[in-house]
Amino acid sequence: MHPQVDESGLACHEMTVAAGHDERKPSQTGCLMKTRAAPAVVTRKSAPGHYGAIAVDTNAALLTAGHAASIRDRPLVIPPLLSIDSLTRAYPGVVANDAVSLEIRDGEVHALLGENGAGKSTLVKMIYGLVKPDSGTMRLRGAPYAPADPHAARKAGVAMVFQHFSLFDAMSVAENVALGMAAPPRLRDLSARIRAVSRTYGLPLDPDRIVGDLSAGERQRVEIIRCLLQDPKLLIMDEPTSVLTPQEVEILFHTLRQLTTEGVAILYISHKLEEIRSLCDRATILRRGRNVATCVPRETSARQMGEMMVGASFAAPEHVARAPGAVALEVSGLSMRAPSAFGTALKEISLSVRRGEILGIGGVAGSGQDELLAALAGESRSAATAIRLNGVAIGRLGPNARRRLGLLTAPEQRLGHAAAPEMSLTENALMTGAQREGLLTHGFIRWGAARDFARAIITRFDVRTPGPDVAARALSGGNLQKFVIGREVLQRPEVLVVNQPTWGVDAAAAAAIRQALLDLAAGGAAILCISQDLDELMEISDRFGALNAGRLSDIRPAQGLDVEEIGLMMGGAHNPEAVAHA
Amino acid sequence: MLKLETRPQPSRLWTYVTPLLAVVITMLAGAALFAALGKDPVAAIATIFWQPLFGEFAHYYRPQLLIKGAPLVLIAIGLSLGFRAGIWNIGAEGQYIMGALSGAGVALALYPMESVLIFPAMVLAGALGGWIWAMIPAVLKLRFGTNEILVSLMLVYVAEQLLAAMALGPMKNPEGRGFPGSRNLRDYDSAHNAELISGTGMHWGVVAATIAVILAYVLLTRHSLGYQIRLTGQAPRAARFAGVRTARMVLICLGSAGALAGLAGMFEVSGPAGQVSIDFNVGYGFTAIIVAFLGRLHPVGILLAGLLMALTYIGGEIAQSNLGLPAAAIQVFQGMLLFFLLAVDVLTNYRIRVATREVA
Repeated sequence: MHPQVDESGLACHEMTVAAGHDERKPSQTGCLMKTRAAPAVVTRKSAPGHYGAIAVDTNAALLTAGHAASIRDRPLVIPPLLSIDSLTRAYPGVVANDAVSLEIRDGEVHALLGENGAGKSTLVKMIYGLVKPDSGTMRLRGAPYAPADPHAARKAGVAMVFQHFSLFDAMSVAENVALGMAAPPRLRDLSARIRAVSRTYGLPLDPDRIVGDLSAGERQRVEIIRCLLQDPKLLIMDEPTSVLTPQEVEILFHTLRQLTTEGVAILYISHKLEEIRSLCDRATILRRGRNVATCVPRETSARQMGEMMVGASFAAPEHVARAPGAVALEVSGLSMRAPSAFGTALKEISLSVRRGEILGIGGVAGSGQDELLAALAGESRSAATAIRLNGVAIGRLGPNARRRLGLLTAPEQRLGHAAAPEMSLTENALMTGAQREGLLTHGFIRWGAARDFARAIITRFDVRTPGPDVAARALSGGNLQKFVIGREVLQRPEVLVVNQPTWGVDAAAAAAIRQALLDLAAGGAAILCISQDLDELMEISDRFGALNAGRLSDIRPAQGLDVEEIGLMMGGAHNPEAVAHA
Repeated sequence: MLKLETRPQPSRLWTYVTPLLAVVITMLAGAALFAALGKDPVAAIATIFWQPLFGEFAHYYRPQLLIKGAPLVLIAIGLSLGFRAGIWNIGAEGQYIMGALSGAGVALALYPMESVLIFPAMVLAGALGGWIWAMIPAVLKLRFGTNEILVSLMLVYVAEQLLAAMALGPMKNPEGRGFPGSRNLRDYDSAHNAELISGTGMHWGVVAATIAVILAYVLLTRHSLGYQIRLTGQAPRAARFAGVRTARMVLICLGSAGALAGLAGMFEVSGPAGQVSIDFNVGYGFTAIIVAFLGRLHPVGILLAGLLMALTYIGGEIAQSNLGLPAAAIQVFQGMLLFFLLAVDVLTNYRIRVATREVA
């Protein structure tokens, strides 16, 4: 799988497409290529065991004799911005990247798609110099490229915006930017440059503001501007929209498109397929560490891409009409101080969930989701009557007393909150199951029963693990999430509160989890689903509300809500101006 | 170039191998240290590890193993509960002194009355004394958020001053011809923590240590309280989610550590030491920290580690008298044990990969 160079001096690049999905029109891709002055491409299929039997590159169809000749006559072929050739990187017990090859051209938005654990982050970490490949080569503009560390990568023109920001809350925007620079200019000059860049790219940002006061979207802009100041040729973005409102996403996309017109290439990691379809020129799909397909997202349906990612078709959740029953959970006027300096205070939150109903709560990250879950779980206590379960005031009860009454919860953070990383699945099953599953007698643990409960979760929720004695941290994100959700669902809750139930989970596992929630509601449980994934909320909720800075919007029926309205609810209906200007 | 790689799971094998490896490395480094001091390294190591068990005077030293091991194990068991929960009681030495003062105080107050109830009362008083001393950092931590490491450690020095004051003042033997130190409890039948089987070193402290090991084992492996302690240490946020009350954990962990250290002090003052004196404490409370970690915070491991550490105490004394090694060298030797244990501990969670320089 090394790049083949034929007599004409053309780099042969591999492109495999799932058989049956190749319905693209050659002309369009061809145009794309010509305008970008990328090298012509012929197709080779050398590695056995790849997806499908044939490799089809529509570009190959263009390579008629005439075309080939005309290209050959050109004195210089500009090499692609970055070409990656059979990069392999193994970790103990898993080959994260197995001979992955791809090519990024100037000015394109290239999507990197794949399930959790497919090897996306390993690949970008290698590009960004955080991880060294075991074998394989990278070429930047045709020259060998092997960054020893991120510093070297940045110097070569590769920048990256991480999913989790590395910013200091207590410092200003400009100070944060200066911290990342090898030789920062004077703060005043830097502020001016930040202002200039933010104006040029339509990213409103005041360099003098303290980062702790910024929204997630604004924090992301700090990271992006930090990258843009280095004048990158390739910008890697890891799930950039997970923390943004729809309006903020539009702003971001506008900026990214502007960057591409200036020739900057963007490697865009996401699992939001619709987003990729609207933004990206090409997509490389990884599965279990191998690249299984390359496609043009605009011409491929989200469902097809999803199936390529998973390698199988999966069922979308069935939404059965349910008749809501009596009110099971009622929150009235719940206010709570922020747990820490940078936490969010809850302000006058009122909601009610009926049996058989799913209430979806949206909102950008940091709007009070964690705090709301903590208040409902009993980790933080409120006035007794602020929270009622089947009419009983439970605001002062602890987590276990609430569990006994039938209120179960699953927090967002899997490792360290919903599950103890170093403990076995059996011990983790005991964590919340002790009360309702009767795993204790006089305080002594019935390990046999606990193990059986863990096994039941593993079987019923298809958790891929050698067994219940495995440490929680050894599971992949999706599998652990299935375990965490399954642990609560199997305890037959009367009310289930989940926060980000499918965060960072692959499409198949997400579908399974959503189906489990729908089934639970159909069985008469009341479900409160807090999520930052709007598609998810629209898919499963009966009613929808949004958190903004610790306040809950009005709750409205989910049916018929459009993106615009949702965006306004998320931006805080009390202050729609702010959103419009953002 | 060496690289550390995270293991997917902590290695079971290395969990057990690292303490042994640490002992071996300590022996090697200790040998180098003794050689640098101009002593025959092999003889020094043999004196420390071999003489007490199989030497000429082993019949005298072997009982010492239990006498020195019992307080170490007793204290370390208590400490291990806190360490497991992420509560760092460094002041066991002070709790040990306070237990001894309380237990001895009861006996000295009742002298010369004889009753079978006196010794049990001393046991209770000893545990209570240590418990109260440990409650000070616990309550301060819960009320004011103070750091239990600092408070418990500083209370050691307070306890030492109190010990000196007692030995020179209220508890001083009125028939001691002005010498500092209390009456010798060995001469007071009702208060004497005598050998249960003569010539074995087996006293009530050994019994208590054994019971503590068994109870701690059951607590940590079978009981929900032990589970909560482990959960608190490993994932504090998950513990709160699971309904564990952190304040309760602080009180239980510091309290039990204090009570066990107090017991250890009381058994010591009424038996092997015999009296309250200025130099009553010899650092068991600090050495027990090493014992707790050397034993992987596991009750059975602590039992073994306690015996090993007792061996270095006894062997160290022999080496001092026979080879003229300075006492400080022995303390360095013991300290190295913890140092190397922590150093090789990294192998439990990481594996070493010899990375060849990657070709670009």
